[in-house]
Amino acid sequence: MNGYLQIGYAQTAIAGLLIVANLGLSAALRLGLGRRLVIAALRMSVQLLLVGLVLEWVFSLENPLPVLAMAAAMTAIAGVSAVNRTQRRFAGVYWSSLVSVSGAAFFVTGLALLGIVRVEPWFDPQYLIPLLGMVLGNTLNGISLSLDRFVESLVQRRDAVEATLALGGTRWEAAHEQIRDAMRVGLIPTINSMMVIGIVSLPGMMTGQILAGAAPTDAVRYQIVIMFMIASAAALGAFGVVFFTYHRLFDDRHRLRLDRVRKVTP
Amino acid sequence: MLNATGLGRRIEDAWIWREVDVQLDAGENLAIVGPTGAGKSLLLRCLAGLDAADEGRIAIDDKPIDEWQMPAYRARIVYVHQRPALWEGTVDDNLRAVFHLAAHRSKGYEHPGAIRRLEAFDRDATFLGKNATDLSGGEAQIVALIRALSVEPSVLLLDEPSASMDATATEQAENLVARWVGEAPGRASVWTSHDGAQVKRVADRTLTLDGSRR
Repeated sequence: MNGYLQIGYAQTAIAGLLIVANLGLSAALRLGLGRRLVIAALRMSVQLLLVGLVLEWVFSLENPLPVLAMAAAMTAIAGVSAVNRTQRRFAGVYWSSLVSVSGAAFFVTGLALLGIVRVEPWFDPQYLIPLLGMVLGNTLNGISLSLDRFVESLVQRRDAVEATLALGGTRWEAAHEQIRDAMRVGLIPTINSMMVIGIVSLPGMMTGQILAGAAPTDAVRYQIVIMFMIASAAALGAFGVVFFTYHRLFDDRHRLRLDRVRKVTP
Repeated sequence: MLNATGLGRRIEDAWIWREVDVQLDAGENLAIVGPTGAGKSLLLRCLAGLDAADEGRIAIDDKPIDEWQMPAYRARIVYVHQRPALWEGTVDDNLRAVFHLAAHRSKGYEHPGAIRRLEAFDRDATFLGKNATDLSGGEAQIVALIRALSVEPSVLLLDEPSASMDATATEQAENLVARWVGEAPGRASVWTSHDGAQVKRVADRTLTLDGSRR
């Protein structure tokens, strides 16, 4: 069980025909998906081709600095994208997201690299980049869902939150229900995917390892480690962003500061 | 008891009101009157510490608002929203939940007191089982008022408290508050109302916000 069948650019292009079939369907049924589908397919292809080149280059350097630079860039993009998916913003929201996503992802990935997989050298991009990438993708999801839900529910339930404050409640007592709700929503995708993994879905990383010739039992253990990392990082990240948002939107005089929130169309 | 001087509130660069003084002594009922948009609610929210005043000083019992722990401050001076905001659950849940707040935990829910106040509105114990979301606007205002009274504040800030009530309930609410103020020393109420007749009925004194002091 070693080695795998390589795919060339010509073969990749054949797969692109599948999208062309979708376009035909969209045009025939007037679904109006054509433009967005083409843009998404193009973006996907260009982004992946570029990242493939960058990864090959970084892999060849055997130097921690470019690896860390790439990790930092990936993290920053994850932090910004998490906010860009939400509808309501406040000053400092990008910092909240960046600190949460980097804190959670670096902590969990670092622990996995040093303590679990025990990679030598620790910055070996073959491990660091894919592990961090998977953690970031899921942390980003958790953060943006929790952030969106928290601010949205504070706006929607503003009267009830302020009623608690007006009756002498602390800001924690006033926000507690919304905080719990935001954390729950942020963790839904992670918990759902852990529930059905292996039954309904075969995760991409495990499938990839199997395609590349790894023994399925080895691949499964990797996947379990990854799932724990993802669940932990998503929870940490979501908690972080909710915590920072809570401190931005409730001041230390126990006032709800929705005047700091503005609505945008994402 | 409540002493506010030189209050001003600004939204963006426009002053809603300035140089507003509010003096409230124990046993008093004060009404804040003025046209729609004069900032009556904003003034009550300011006094409750839910919004910051942009200028001026507020003190309760000669202790400036900045020296109070806000939960303790707001336990003394309770603001009742114009749009009553009840929590999820039944009327009973709402009347009990307020005692889960740290500020009121020592007091404890008093069932007979709640029933007595409900009876002032011709509602009996079955009303307690109603779901908060099924209440009419007026009923929700009744629950919000009773919930505020149950935590034994010193000052009630009532923002159009009977706007959604019918004539009977309105009269009952006015009587309940008047009785509550008179029942024990050290209590007072502040009202806003668009109803001039109500202001005459409930208020000992009025404060006019008409934008002229801007």
